[in-house]
Amino acid sequence: MNIVLFLAPFSIGLGAMGLFAFFWTMRSGQYEDPKGDAARILYDHLEDKPPQD
Amino acid sequence: MSQSLTLHRDLEAFVRRDEAGKGRLELLVSGARCAGCINKIEKAVREIPGVDAARLNLTTGKLAVQLEGKEADPERVVETVEALGYRACLFDPGEAAAAQDREGRELAVALGVAGFGAGNVMMFTVPAWAGLFGQELNGSTLTLMYWMAAIVATPCALFAGRPFFRSAWASLKRGKANMDVPISIGVILTLIVSFSETILRGQHAYFDAAVTLLFLLLIGRYLDHRLRANARSAARDLLALQTPVAMRLVDGVEQGIPVAEVKIGDCLVVAPGDRVPVDGLVESGQSELDNAMITGETALAPVGAGARLHAGALNLSGRLVMTATARSEDSTVAAIARLMEAGAQTRSAYVRLADKAAALYVPVVHTAAALTFIGGWALGLGPREALLRAAAVLIVTCPCALGLAVPAVQIAASSRLFRKGVLVKSGEALERLAEVDHVVFDKTGVLTEGRPRLIDAPAHVVAMAAPLARASRHPLAKALAAEAGLGPVAADCVETAGQGVEGLIDGRRARLGRAGFVGVTGGDARETELWFGFENDIKIRFVFEDQPRADAADTIARLCRMGLSVEILSGDLAGPVGDIAREVGIAEWRAGLTPFDKAAIVDEVKAQGRKVLMVGDGLNDAAALSKAHASMAPGAAVDAAQNAADLVFTGEGLGAVVEAIDTAREARRRALENFGFSALYNLVATPAAMFGLINPFIAALAMSGSSMVVLLNAARPRIAWRRR
Repeated sequence: MNIVLFLAPFSIGLGAMGLFAFFWTMRSGQYEDPKGDAARILYDHLEDKPPQD
Repeated sequence: MSQSLTLHRDLEAFVRRDEAGKGRLELLVSGARCAGCINKIEKAVREIPGVDAARLNLTTGKLAVQLEGKEADPERVVETVEALGYRACLFDPGEAAAAQDREGRELAVALGVAGFGAGNVMMFTVPAWAGLFGQELNGSTLTLMYWMAAIVATPCALFAGRPFFRSAWASLKRGKANMDVPISIGVILTLIVSFSETILRGQHAYFDAAVTLLFLLLIGRYLDHRLRANARSAARDLLALQTPVAMRLVDGVEQGIPVAEVKIGDCLVVAPGDRVPVDGLVESGQSELDNAMITGETALAPVGAGARLHAGALNLSGRLVMTATARSEDSTVAAIARLMEAGAQTRSAYVRLADKAAALYVPVVHTAAALTFIGGWALGLGPREALLRAAAVLIVTCPCALGLAVPAVQIAASSRLFRKGVLVKSGEALERLAEVDHVVFDKTGVLTEGRPRLIDAPAHVVAMAAPLARASRHPLAKALAAEAGLGPVAADCVETAGQGVEGLIDGRRARLGRAGFVGVTGGDARETELWFGFENDIKIRFVFEDQPRADAADTIARLCRMGLSVEILSGDLAGPVGDIAREVGIAEWRAGLTPFDKAAIVDEVKAQGRKVLMVGDGLNDAAALSKAHASMAPGAAVDAAQNAADLVFTGEGLGAVVEAIDTAREARRRALENFGFSALYNLVATPAAMFGLINPFIAALAMSGSSMVVLLNAARPRIAWRRR
């Protein structure tokens, strides 16, 4: 039963990592231009990082 | 002439500078679709000297350009993009900055937190549910699970619930209860009861319900927000594409300034083909004006020095220098603006479907919960059990289905309309549109194409005049050239403003223009006509007419089949209005109306208890548009009309009107079905909760189940529509 005390915080930690990853993607503008991002991978020289403001 | 003008345009007003002097410029580019477009545009713009970086957002169509210093010319950027074959216009930096979507971001964060909470709390509540069915998990292990659920759920629920708590508090302060009040009370009461149960080592705690409820509701809230935000930005882009830059004349140099910055007394230049930016007086120059947008009249008005100009009129043939007598926001005749405001007020009295449902729902649910608590206690349940049952009532009747019922349907409907080129400004507009039973059309620019087209001319005659027509910028000549197609251009062309164009065709001198210019006396001034003739030869007359849109007659027939009555209200003369009415098959029409007449007639029809849909494009329609129950404007309409309209349709066809009404009615049916389902569900769930038949497992199942049914029903029309 003691394993629960380790596994429960661990899995919540994993979930929290996912949540913070979501915040990061949002703050770094990765949802600003979905169509453009799909197109930019087709050219090597196009800037493929989200715009920095 | 326009080439030499653009060289002097100074568009510094559109550049936002930081302290270091670096500038940022935003352009709205239309026509870019693929990776190749991004590549071409960004590469070409970066090669302009003084440009630091350029980035095109393919989703929104905005091109952001970083300028290194003063030397880069914004006009050059626009020209570069246009030379590649895309339409580009400058975006006011103020507008772009205001577009920061803070509310959407807050909702997305709340949605993320609620989703995290709802997912992770399951880890502990699913084992707890097992305990409810006599499995081995109970006693202190169950309590441990609930404590862990509490640690995850409580902060998530309090954080994700903030948009609801804030709105509920604001509504309570105004002495009203909106849908957010029962949601907030439900969430908070659920948390309190769950804590007390966990402390008292009870069997029923609803931590998962509190977070899941918020998660489902936030989905609906976010959809609703996206619908409004998308429509708003699309409407703004549409206006930006046609918002003209006013050309101010300072010391002989023309400067481009946003129309909003025009001051009274400014000296402005209006080139042929441009719209008059604000009301004013002509200083110098001769031209003809097309007032169709303002009065609905199709006959052209000649103007000269001293003549009064109204904002929105199209300058046809000559360059005009004018003095502004009003600022942009005062330029729409003040009385029209007042009427529009009054119209908007009557419209704000409209109660949305969801609010009607909330008005019924809130008191019923709260009474049921209160009765459960009081009744349960009085009948000997004890305060703890009675409170638990009251909380269960609030949880199972949670309005997640209600909160999703309308937004999900409306987003499905408006995204379908968006694909067809119809822009819906709000979900409420769809609800009002679904109720209309009488459609009022403006004539010029709505039933008709709003631009002249050559009628009854033999092809060889057209071909004869075409070389001269191709050299001219006059709209009638352009229509003639369009009829003739591509071909040679006359040599040595000289255009006389307000008169016509003269040049050499195969070595013979020819003229195209007004009757007097070509050498004919006694032409019929009322008609839209153009004369053509070689020197000392017979003269030929071309007559132009504003043709009805290709699908106008078909659209009217379809509207009639849908059981709607149709009417034309026009500011034009009785003759042309009657012709068009006959041609498209409308029996009821009125001509020669002022903007006030139109608004009054709309009011009159409304007073008979009918719901009017107004379709108009001009300044003369703006008041009627805002007074009508619902309104639509074509994408080429003046700003005022587009602002007043609920829906804006782009594209050539009038069929969008039928499409929009049809979709709105379908959406209303679906929304009502969803409400019906929610009511049925509550009818079953509430008594069950009152009698203590609900446990946390059943509550969670019922809650997500009802939301899923509502969402699926909203998605259903989409599937059916696609097939059609």
